[in-house]
Formats: sequence, structure tokens, C-alpha cells
Amino acid sequence: MPAAGIVMIIAVVLIVVAIVVYLVATIAALRQITAGLDDAIAGVGEIIEKSAPVAPVVADINANLDAGVDLLEGLLVKKAGLTDAVGLVDGLYPGAAAAGLRNFPEAKTIKPPRIAEVYTRGTLTLARLGREAPIAAASPNGPALRNPAYGSSAARTLYPDGREQHARALPRSPVIGSDSPVQYDPAEEVGGPRRRMPATSSERS
Amino acid sequence: MILEWIGDVILLVIILPVVVYLLNGVFRAANGIVPSVNRIARAARAGSADLDAVPLLLTTQDQVGKTIAAAADYGGSLDVILDDAEGA
Repeated sequence: MPAAGIVMIIAVVLIVVAIVVYLVATIAALRQITAGLDDAIAGVGEIIEKSAPVAPVVADINANLDAGVDLLEGLLVKKAGLTDAVGLVDGLYPGAAAAGLRNFPEAKTIKPPRIAEVYTRGTLTLARLGREAPIAAASPNGPALRNPAYGSSAARTLYPDGREQHARALPRSPVIGSDSPVQYDPAEEVGGPRRRMPATSSERS
Repeated sequence: MILEWIGDVILLVIILPVVVYLLNGVFRAANGIVPSVNRIARAARAGSADLDAVPLLLTTQDQVGKTIAAAADYGGSLDVILDDAEGA
């Protein structure tokens, strides 16, 4: 066999070997891709299966919330009037009046009355009562003010000028003797009502 | 004879490098897809795990219904108790 033929055979063998090596490596990589895609398809299938009931449930929740908004807005406007309703909403959520009420588009054009300032004292009282409630123990504004053991005294401090708990000062004992300010004349008062009652503490002070 | 030698040179100098270059390109492209596919598979599994809380929506749906029903009851009572605003 001539030398040129041997060289040609070697060249062809080299080409075939190169093709085999690279094709085997490529087949291995494609097998890994197939396994990964199987995993991905399984995960996507689970996602589709789990998310299937989401749409109708969320639609139902939204429908209920829409009904609630319609109910509360309608009741608020019916009882307070549109202007005061806008003022109340703006007082609770400053700036919310700009968005108006959903079912009352004309609410956007109303200048909200400053109801929050009128009811500041009452609002603070309610807020304080709210913080004293046991349910406010987990309030993000801090621990509740209420002391369960002395809850009534804590509530009483809300009304410092309210009901008097005891007399501020009791009448003093009468001064007796010949130089006492109130003289007792037995000739006149024995057996009858006293002419003059002893002075009370408020009269003395 | 000269033609055979010329064919050998073409095989060794041109055909073999071209075949190796092309096969290497295919192999590198296939190998580059593997990590991407693995990332997609991990993301799909994580997304599926995130959706495990979806059944809680049924509880939310139930609670929302009850809350709105309670609000409707209160609203009905308030509608009876409170006077309407003037002009309403």
C-alpha cells in the first residue's frame, strides 16, 4: 500500500474519532438537559394545579369586599350626608378625600370639613380607652395602659372632676369653754332646738 | 500519486480542524444549557412550594363572607337606630 493511502486512512480515522468523542459528550449534555426539563415541567405542572382555584376564590372575596364597601359607603352617606362623610373619611385618613367615595363620584369635588379637629377631645378619649383595653396589649404603639388589678382606678382618672370619692375636710370638733366662739346658753336651749348650729368646715374656710 | 497527497493534506489541514471546530461549538452550546435548565427546575420547585398556602384562601374567603355579613347586620341596625342626614 502506498504511503499516501496510509496517511489518508489515518486522517479519516482521526476525523471519525473526533466526531465520536464530541458526539458522545454532546449526548451526555443533552441527557442532563432532558432530566432538568423533566423536573421543571413537573414543577410547572404543580404550579398550574395549585393556582387553578385561586381566580374564582379571589373573585368571590373581591365581590364580598365590593358589597361591603357599597354598604358602608351608602350607610355613611345616608346617615352623615355626603359632605360630612367626606370630612369623616378625611379625618380618619388624611388626604383620602381627594380619592372621593367610590359610589359617589361627586365626592371628589367636595372640600372636606375639618371634622377631625372638632372631635379631637373625644377622639383622644376614645383612643385612650382603646389603649386601656386588654386587646391593645399587642398594640404597636406600646403596651396597654390598663392595669388589670386596678382597672377601675385607672378608668376613674379619665374623669378627675367627676364623682367625689370622699369628703375633702370633715367639720372640726366644737370649741368649748367660756371663751368659745359659740356660747351655749342652757337656760334658753335646754329642751328646745339650738339657736345656732356650729360652723361647718366650708364656713370656717 | 500527487493527487492522493494533496487529498491527505486537505483532510488533515482543512477537514479535520473544521470538523473539530464545529463539533466543539455544538458541545459547548449543549453544555451551556444545562445550568440554565437546572435553574429553571429549581425556580419551578420553589414556585410550587410558595403556592402551598393557597388553600388558606378558602379560609380567607369564608372569613370575608362572615365579616361582611356581620357588617351588614350592624349596618341594618344602625340604619334603624340613627336618623338620616338632612336631605338624604
